[in-house]
Amino acid sequence: MKKLLLIAIKDLKLAFRDRASLIFMLLAPFALTLGLGLVTGSFSGGSDSGISDIPVVVVDEDGSYLGNALVEMMKSEELADLLEPQFMDDLSAARQLVDDNKAVAAIYIPKGFTESIIPLNSYSVSDQTLQIELYGNPTSPTSLGIVKSILEQFMSVVETNRIRNEVTVSQFLENGIIDQTQIAGIALNIGMEQMTTVVDSSSSIKLNNVTADGKEVEFNMLGVLAPGMALMFLMYTVTFGGRSLLVEQNSGTLPRLLVSPSSSIQVLGGKVLGIFITGVVQMLILIIGTSLLFGLNWGDPLALVVLILVAVLAATSWGILLAASFKTPGQISNVGSALMLIFGILSGGFFSVSNMADWVQVLTRISPNRWGLDAFTTLAMGGSINSILGPIIALVIMACILFLVSVILFNRRGIGKR
Amino acid sequence: MPAILEVNNLVKNYGSFNAVKGISFEIMQGEIFSLLGPNGAGKTTTISMLSTLYTPTRGDASVCGHSITKEPMAVKNCIGVVPQDLALYEDLTARENLVFWGQMYGLSGKTLKTRVDEVLEQTGLLDKAKQKIKTYSGGMKRRINIGVGLLHHPKLLFMDEPTVGIDPQSRRSILDSVKELNRGGMTVLYTTHYMEEAQELSNRVGIIDHGELIAIGTQEELTKSVGETDTLVLHVGEDTDPQNLAFEVRKLQGVIKAEVTDHEVTIITPSAEELLAQAVSFANNLGIKIHSIDIREPNLEAVFLNLTGRALRD
Repeated sequence: MKKLLLIAIKDLKLAFRDRASLIFMLLAPFALTLGLGLVTGSFSGGSDSGISDIPVVVVDEDGSYLGNALVEMMKSEELADLLEPQFMDDLSAARQLVDDNKAVAAIYIPKGFTESIIPLNSYSVSDQTLQIELYGNPTSPTSLGIVKSILEQFMSVVETNRIRNEVTVSQFLENGIIDQTQIAGIALNIGMEQMTTVVDSSSSIKLNNVTADGKEVEFNMLGVLAPGMALMFLMYTVTFGGRSLLVEQNSGTLPRLLVSPSSSIQVLGGKVLGIFITGVVQMLILIIGTSLLFGLNWGDPLALVVLILVAVLAATSWGILLAASFKTPGQISNVGSALMLIFGILSGGFFSVSNMADWVQVLTRISPNRWGLDAFTTLAMGGSINSILGPIIALVIMACILFLVSVILFNRRGIGKR
Repeated sequence: MPAILEVNNLVKNYGSFNAVKGISFEIMQGEIFSLLGPNGAGKTTTISMLSTLYTPTRGDASVCGHSITKEPMAVKNCIGVVPQDLALYEDLTARENLVFWGQMYGLSGKTLKTRVDEVLEQTGLLDKAKQKIKTYSGGMKRRINIGVGLLHHPKLLFMDEPTVGIDPQSRRSILDSVKELNRGGMTVLYTTHYMEEAQELSNRVGIIDHGELIAIGTQEELTKSVGETDTLVLHVGEDTDPQNLAFEVRKLQGVIKAEVTDHEVTIITPSAEELLAQAVSFANNLGIKIHSIDIREPNLEAVFLNLTGRALRD
């Protein structure tokens, strides 16, 4: 164990003496977090999300209760900071605004939408529920995601009310409070009463989060940006660490380590430990730094420490896999840089991946950044260690698999052999 | 003196390429043994197997009484290795490098500090101990590279071409330090492709070529094996082809061998003085300008040429 530590501490020292590494390990994530924070308005004290005045066009051909309710909701004070709605009659003109990048989305409420959900009389019962159309601009995925989320919540309230309505009417009928001829009238009355609830539901459509114990926590975009950047540049650190194994092989220090009274397991273990410790130190500096500089709350400290350890472990396994898979430091640098960017994008740190296709979402799960970011965000929003058990287990499994593959590859080609 | 190293039929193959083809030799305690051979002869592969870095394909060796295949850790504790390439951390200072490597060899506390100071003193770099290695000259780096191999007082020191690519002054310093270490009782296995180094340092020499040990013995024994011959070297102009001259010289009586290396014709003959006039005359007839002439007493170069038909630098 002593030799493992000696090699690890030596690697830590070398990593923090390399100016180029320091820029990538510490300066770049700080600078990018700061820059993106400023761009998204996270420091302005305005909208909680850092995104505001999303231009949306609404075309309401329904003109009835639900259509009106949605229009009212879009105009509501609660969403005034977040949305900048514009109301039009012409659907193709609305779509054109989206195509011209003048609006993030066009919401189309078709004629008969209300009636397809709430029958206004016994003759107007529809077999088919008409759907609201969301025509989005893919170049603004985050804003589009927010609009989509608002619509989904609106529809969720409508759906809940419809089911409640149906249950109420059927119970009235079963208990003999009303007869068949009164169904339509009663349903209409209940439906109209509930329209008020729908409009009021806009008060719940905020980018705020509620913890499991009911405590409300303010959403801060920096809470996504900072861990996203930290995890992305953690991939740089582990790539640099994996690359150092081949650099040492080429410079002759790895063979020299192997002819010292140390086993190849001790030498490789020392290198792995070195990458791991460097990654942990980097994460701690970034977390403490962003807490002090940006006032960011990273959440439960104990859970945070556990998460840092497993996230760095999983990232380290990627670094070692790169070292075991490639023959030159240059190859590792190139592939590592590409991987750093791909994993950064897949993590959801730059834009929401929840809007993407299912297969993309599955793909994102090969990245330690995605699991890590999910868990860091959960902790920042008040989650406990129990709420991040899933990502923790996933990261540990990822690390075990990748280390195993790396050991097999190292055994095939031998460590330190030229 | 007992043998500190016994090599028995050591073989190393890389696929179909035979890098070392079953070599056997012994090194006695307290001697300097040189493995002399051209680049690619198998010297580094042999040292790499003896230092347990590479596993032999066949055969074994005993270092300090321990098998390199069965007891590698015991072997590692007994040996010091000075690799051909500089194996140092450039971003660490000389002292930090020595402390790290000393700790890797199990030194600690006061012993470590004393040994690091002694090695810095020995290499003449005590006043520059706090400078990073990357600020050192090539010669200074070589000296620290050797110092790392000496930290733990190894019984047997492997030095793999430690003077490659350095200035004459540093080379002289390294050769002197090897002799000094040997006077202190250290056994040295020294590989080189410089005949002069092998001649100056070694008690015994093994000549290696194409993975085979083709001759072994003291310098006297080896030179006797080629008889009482001289080596006559004709240095010709760069714009002329010495092949024709070598071809003509081979026809002369008393010429054992005549080989071309770069712009030289090396001739092995029982009497260089007798052959000289004829060789110069041939050169004049062929229009080849001779720049200078060397006449050498029997040496290892001649032995190598005699055994392989090639010069050491080929």
